[in-house]
Amino acid sequence: MTHVTGTGGVRLQARGLQLAYGDNVVVDDLDLDVFDGTVTAVIGPNGCGKSTLLRALGRLLPARSGHVLLDGRRIDRTPTREVAKVLGVLPQAPVAPEGLTVADLVARGRHPHQTWYRQWSTDDESAVGEALAWTGMTEFATRTLDQLSGGQRQRAWISMALAQGTDVVLLDEPTTYLDLAHQVDVLDLVERLNREMGRTVVMVLHDLNLAARYAGRLVAMRAGRIVASGTPDEVLTEDLLCEVFGLDARVVPDPVTGTPLVVPIGRRSRVDPARRP
Amino acid sequence: MQTVAPPLRHRRVLVVSGLAALLVVTALVSLAVGARPIGVGAVWQALWTPSGTEEDVIVRGLRVPRTVLGVAVGLALGVAGALMQGHTRNPLADPGLLGVSAGAALAVVIGIYAFGVTTLLGYVWFAFAGAFAASVAVFVLGSLGPGGASPVSLALAGVAVTALLGALTSAIVLVDVSTLDAYRFWAVGALAGRGPDVALQVAPFVLGGLVIGLAGAPGLNLLALGDDVARGLGQNVTLVRWSGLVAITLLTGAAVAACGPIAFLGLVVPHIARALTGPDHRWLLPAAGLTGAVLLLGADIVGRVVARPGELQVGIVLALIGAPFFIALVRRRRLVAL
Repeated sequence: MTHVTGTGGVRLQARGLQLAYGDNVVVDDLDLDVFDGTVTAVIGPNGCGKSTLLRALGRLLPARSGHVLLDGRRIDRTPTREVAKVLGVLPQAPVAPEGLTVADLVARGRHPHQTWYRQWSTDDESAVGEALAWTGMTEFATRTLDQLSGGQRQRAWISMALAQGTDVVLLDEPTTYLDLAHQVDVLDLVERLNREMGRTVVMVLHDLNLAARYAGRLVAMRAGRIVASGTPDEVLTEDLLCEVFGLDARVVPDPVTGTPLVVPIGRRSRVDPARRP
Repeated sequence: MQTVAPPLRHRRVLVVSGLAALLVVTALVSLAVGARPIGVGAVWQALWTPSGTEEDVIVRGLRVPRTVLGVAVGLALGVAGALMQGHTRNPLADPGLLGVSAGAALAVVIGIYAFGVTTLLGYVWFAFAGAFAASVAVFVLGSLGPGGASPVSLALAGVAVTALLGALTSAIVLVDVSTLDAYRFWAVGALAGRGPDVALQVAPFVLGGLVIGLAGAPGLNLLALGDDVARGLGQNVTLVRWSGLVAITLLTGAAVAACGPIAFLGLVVPHIARALTGPDHRWLLPAAGLTGAVLLLGADIVGRVVARPGELQVGIVLALIGAPFFIALVRRRRLVAL
């Protein structure tokens, strides 16, 4: 775990970020600080620019203007392979070719540490072995990905990100297509990634209650801007839910963890007395 | 990879060395079989201690160049097919799909029609230029959209360019009968009648294409996980795509120039190789090359035997064997998703 001095414990920063697909500006004038050793969840309605922001933080999408800093260095001016040793990105619902084994997938996570003349080292060997053991995937190492359940497959991808050995990990909706039990399973893994391995995590999540539980810090976005950021208690308020999601909801303490629990009432726009039965 | 599935690794080593051994055997058979069968002992003698007999002349002057060319072209088309399917993530991709063969064919026709080229050595350079121009056109067309070069946009651009180039080729050939006669001979796809100079001329290009293609294998493995994952792992995606394009152009251009467009090999071979080695391109590419060489030589040998005393061109044999084989492949197991 390297602690970088001179950036005040901030690993990843966005400054005046404007992101666009063609002429369509998705994120505008956005500032964000991601602190070392934290789990940050980005929340917001569909199309608010969460995933776009995550792709820009992971230098997968170049900024229209503004920039992203990784440990104080501009990410777009740092060699991509160097970035890949510090920062890992897992896109939403990634694809793998048929017949790829779990072991082979996880081994591909070692790419940034390899050169054309040295394709495999003992470091790679132990990193892959540890990543598999740590996610409980060792027994599935020789299976192909298409033989796995959705939850196991996601564990395999997280193993790959783990084998990459980066301090910072960006996850775009790691729970997509999973049932609730497997969502919790994956997020437990993310929590351990943070607590036991000291990884800094930024993830996009749809489920607000799970976000409040597993992230120390929430960033709420609407229409390409950050509306609120802070602890779950600070961000997940009834007013904010109304402002960001247009959602009429009660917020009560989670009976298990005490974090905010969102209980939806109904969309404000639908509260039309004339149409109520 | 000690703890990482040693059985799989052993299997891949076994597969590749087995294919190499099979290629050696096939090459020996290719030296012995023909309109005039020559015993293995006589072949051996002709190779190492020639004494100027008629058999020595046949083996050294005709069958060795033909066999060497078959190995080179088979390697080239097998690897080019695997590269193409990997880069486009399309299991139906082959050198015909990305317009490479069509580009080479059109350039050769232009060479015959406009510049009066009549020798195979002359065709080679036109074929290269055409193959390269067509692949660059396809790549640029496929990259024009907002998302850059995606597997789908590349395949669509390839189909469009192939159709256009094919139409132009037909137009020229229909206009000029003497061009048609020269083109016909070249376009059927044959290993016969190419002297040692042709093999020598295309060998450096095949070698270059093989080296560039194999060097790109780790990058291609990452591309298979999607562009975002590949970039996230520090891979320069554009660099891999371009190096793949150069390798495909060199390999296909060399093969088409030497033997004319040979169908099915680039399409079928990667599927066989993938079934043997799995999707890791570091193993898949060598296996595809060796399988391609074995199949091409094998088809050429069959062509020499079935129509005695005449010969059936290897392109025809491959189409006759390849089409039913491919249908069986598709029917037996659903097409592999890439």
